[in-house]
Amino acid sequence: MRPILMKGHERPLTFLKYNREGDLLFSCAKDHNPTVWFADNGERLGTYRGHNGAVWSCDISRDSSRLITGSADQTSKLWDVQTGTQLYTFNFDSPARSVDFAVGEKLAAITTDPFMGLPSAIHVKRITRDPDDQTGESVYILKGPQGRINRAIWGPLNKTIISAGEDAVIRIWDSETGKLLKESDKEDGHKKPMTSLSKSTDGSHFITGSLDKSAKLWDSRTLTLIKTYVTERPVNAVAMSPLLDHVVLGGGQDASAVTTTDHRAGKFEAKFYGKIFQEEIGGVKGHFGPINALAFNPDGKSFSSGGEDGYVRLHHFDHDYFSIKI
Amino acid sequence: MAEVVSMDEIRATAARLDIDLSSLDLDSIRLPPGEDFGVISDDEDLKGEDPLEFDAGFGNIIVVDNLPVVPKEKFDKLEGVIRKIYSQIGVIKEDGLWMPVDPETQKTQGYCFIEYNTPQEAELAKEKTNGYKLDRSHIFAVNMFDDIEKFMKVPDEWATPETKPYTPGENLQKWLTDEKARDQFVIRAGTDTEVLWNDARQSKPELVYKRSYWTESFVQWSPLGTYLATVHRQGAAVWGGATTFNRLMRYAHPQVKLIDFSPGEKFLVTYSSHEPSNPRDTHRVVINIFDVRTGKVMRDFKGSADEFAIGGTGGVSGVSWPVFRWSGGRDDKYFARIGKNVISVYETETFTLIDKKSIKVENVMDFSWSPTDPILALFAPELGGGNQPARVSLVQIPSKEELRQKNLFSVSDCKMYWQSNGDYLAVKVDRYTKTKKSTYTGFELFRIKERDIPIEVLELENKNDKIISFAWEPKGHRFAVIHGDSPRPDVSFYSMRSGTNTGRVSKLSTIRGKQANALYWSPGGRFIILAGLKGFNGQLEFYNVDELETMATAEHFMATDVEWDPTGRYVVTSVTSVHEMENGFNVWSFNGKLLYRIMKDHFFQFLWRPRPPSFLSPEKEEEIAKNLKKYSKKYEAEDQDVSLQLSEQDREKRKMLKDEWERWVSEWKRLHEEQKLDRQMLRDGEASDEEEEYEAKEVEVEELLDVSEEVISFD
Repeated sequence: MRPILMKGHERPLTFLKYNREGDLLFSCAKDHNPTVWFADNGERLGTYRGHNGAVWSCDISRDSSRLITGSADQTSKLWDVQTGTQLYTFNFDSPARSVDFAVGEKLAAITTDPFMGLPSAIHVKRITRDPDDQTGESVYILKGPQGRINRAIWGPLNKTIISAGEDAVIRIWDSETGKLLKESDKEDGHKKPMTSLSKSTDGSHFITGSLDKSAKLWDSRTLTLIKTYVTERPVNAVAMSPLLDHVVLGGGQDASAVTTTDHRAGKFEAKFYGKIFQEEIGGVKGHFGPINALAFNPDGKSFSSGGEDGYVRLHHFDHDYFSIKI
Repeated sequence: MAEVVSMDEIRATAARLDIDLSSLDLDSIRLPPGEDFGVISDDEDLKGEDPLEFDAGFGNIIVVDNLPVVPKEKFDKLEGVIRKIYSQIGVIKEDGLWMPVDPETQKTQGYCFIEYNTPQEAELAKEKTNGYKLDRSHIFAVNMFDDIEKFMKVPDEWATPETKPYTPGENLQKWLTDEKARDQFVIRAGTDTEVLWNDARQSKPELVYKRSYWTESFVQWSPLGTYLATVHRQGAAVWGGATTFNRLMRYAHPQVKLIDFSPGEKFLVTYSSHEPSNPRDTHRVVINIFDVRTGKVMRDFKGSADEFAIGGTGGVSGVSWPVFRWSGGRDDKYFARIGKNVISVYETETFTLIDKKSIKVENVMDFSWSPTDPILALFAPELGGGNQPARVSLVQIPSKEELRQKNLFSVSDCKMYWQSNGDYLAVKVDRYTKTKKSTYTGFELFRIKERDIPIEVLELENKNDKIISFAWEPKGHRFAVIHGDSPRPDVSFYSMRSGTNTGRVSKLSTIRGKQANALYWSPGGRFIILAGLKGFNGQLEFYNVDELETMATAEHFMATDVEWDPTGRYVVTSVTSVHEMENGFNVWSFNGKLLYRIMKDHFFQFLWRPRPPSFLSPEKEEEIAKNLKKYSKKYEAEDQDVSLQLSEQDREKRKMLKDEWERWVSEWKRLHEEQKLDRQMLRDGEASDEEEEYEAKEVEVEELLDVSEEVISFD
């Protein structure tokens, strides 16, 4: 089907997230306003106004009532999804990058960038049911990785936190003690900064995308490398189909070089790979800048991509997609 | 290897021997020569390396012998003469000229020492003045001071050198006997250099040899494919062997920049240029010619960069490489270089000029050898504002007899293209129009093998078309030209034979509006690739010239290079690291079918290993071509076997992957099930997992849009 072009952001997209039911799509961009859309027809529902910097990521609670966002204005905000009111603001001393609710939404992991001599860190915050009881205190703060931490997510049963960032090492932390449990080894791991990390629906495995032009699939518990997907361009975004054994990689030539070369040189395609055989099975063209964000609808029947070009493209799969034989 | 000793043990030993470690300068300890205390150096190359040059050596001092023996009165006069001669060559150091005097006779002893600022100057002085005739009885013998010691050691009596027993070398041509008749190629990407088989049946290459930091700048095959040459700071080296690559020989040449093999790969020419000590001087150029097998320097040339940069295609600045061009054929008999108004032709028996003098050609600009015969083609442009015409002439070597020449008028430039068998020579002539504002192009076609070498003039139908590219069919009688205006030029094919008359050139066909700027004939002729590189982003058209039809069109986006394999079966297009994107190469069949592609970051070089010419006689080759069906049957059966085997392997591998994945998933499902309760607890008892499985239900909804009643009359 023809994709639906959603033009609501004025700056490059940074992150996309569906709610659990798959009827809403939340988008973050370098303009300051996270936006929510109907995931079916691409109609805009509203924006969340209040941030004063690029918004890097968001997460949505299981019942779709609350939204958490992380922004370069050195804050992370909790929102009421329905009304768009700010419920709480966490203040940091450096830009917030990645946010992730734990199962049950009692905890949230927020990463902050290295800034003005401060190292990067993962802050774990307690989230209360009643926003009036909310405090800004951290349960604990994890430090250690060199450079930016681009993504930190909760592992199975909230027992671990998995982080990936610029130093190309995947780390698994104990979420109770804050101890470092595992690091990906040099042999298997990425050779260049990791840009993205996305976990499977059941949390059993996750995929990382890196500027070394590859994406890798890992076991969430043991951190063993399961698969590697090799592409021709730096990978900025990764997603896994919840329905079929497919993974999607997005990215492309560095945004600063785009205007200097032929439009085909960029390879701004979302590339589909067979999850098991690691073979490319197709591509979806359309963006005219690198893809920065990818998300699958939880029903696996549509996916959306957000680009440096400021567009969100919503693709509903054709029927024959579901009968691809590899 | 020595055992590893910990620092504590060292301290204990030192205390026992009563040595104060802190007062000991470890760097001052020298092991006795030849003793390594069982510690083997991990730098295995060290022993074979040339001794290092020391700054403190006497490399900048020369000894001048055979001077006149003069009494004290004439000492100053002699010193003045010597100083005058030697200060022309370089700067003599203060107190750098010393002439010893016999204390008894008060006469000089007939030699002196001269110290220069740099060893280069000293070497130059030695070369320039050794054999200098001061007068009839005093011919200078100049040596480097460092060499004197070496000369002293020469034993007085001659001893027969030991003859080493003969050990047969490896078969360096073993790669030609590959059972599957595959070809090899070398690639360089990042720091790695790899030699691979092109296994088209398996649709992938097979590794032969891989090495990191094999070369410091580039690699090069010798023309017959026997050796692979690498370039290093200390010199060049060649590698080869039956199954792997061993170093066969090294050629010491500090800071070597460029190398070139003679066509029969008997000799290797190396080139380096050095910063002058005085910034106003030109660069110093050193060229060595080595015998490839023995590694001996056969002849060296030294001089300023200017001497080697006159004329030629290199233009005003820099040296045009190769400086020395070899005559065709496998005998490597002659090589030549261009100088100001001369062509110097050397022969390799003695490595001296033929007849001891160069060929004088007024104002010569460019020259080229016939690829097969000792014939030189020369080009000299107009002189005196057109009073003396431009000239293209063919000269036979070693007789230096002019075989044919042609005068040309109002010429702006000339380019010479030899056909690979040396049968034809095409000279592309750019001429000025009458107004001298623009140029147009024509061709002068020489038939070398025919009596009196007839010349034919060819002009394109549209005289104003620009010529973008020209290429002869290898071993054939046809050529292709790209001409016209840049976005969509035309491609024309010509034959040196026409239907009835073999002595006339005729046009075969013109195909219009092609996005091409380069021509690549298959080494076997007949097929050609019209390539649009660079500006055209890698458009490829595979064209059959026999049938005059396009076999396939394709694109290798951003391709920079096209290389046919030596047999003409496969062709490789590559994107080298002139830009950062898309680096890697594609392998195609001759008819334009993409066989496989390999991506490599920082991809620098792709080179097919050349093959020596076939030993089959032309008759035999023709016979094979006639009965091709018979011969190819065997290979077709093999192809089928391989493809069956491949698909079988592939299926098995997929099955294994699938099984593995399923095992892993089922294990996870089990764990997931076990933890169901835990998850539920985390969510404060909210039943959790079921709704994560989506189910498609078909629901039929009937909606009543409108109800209206109408009375219809019933007849």
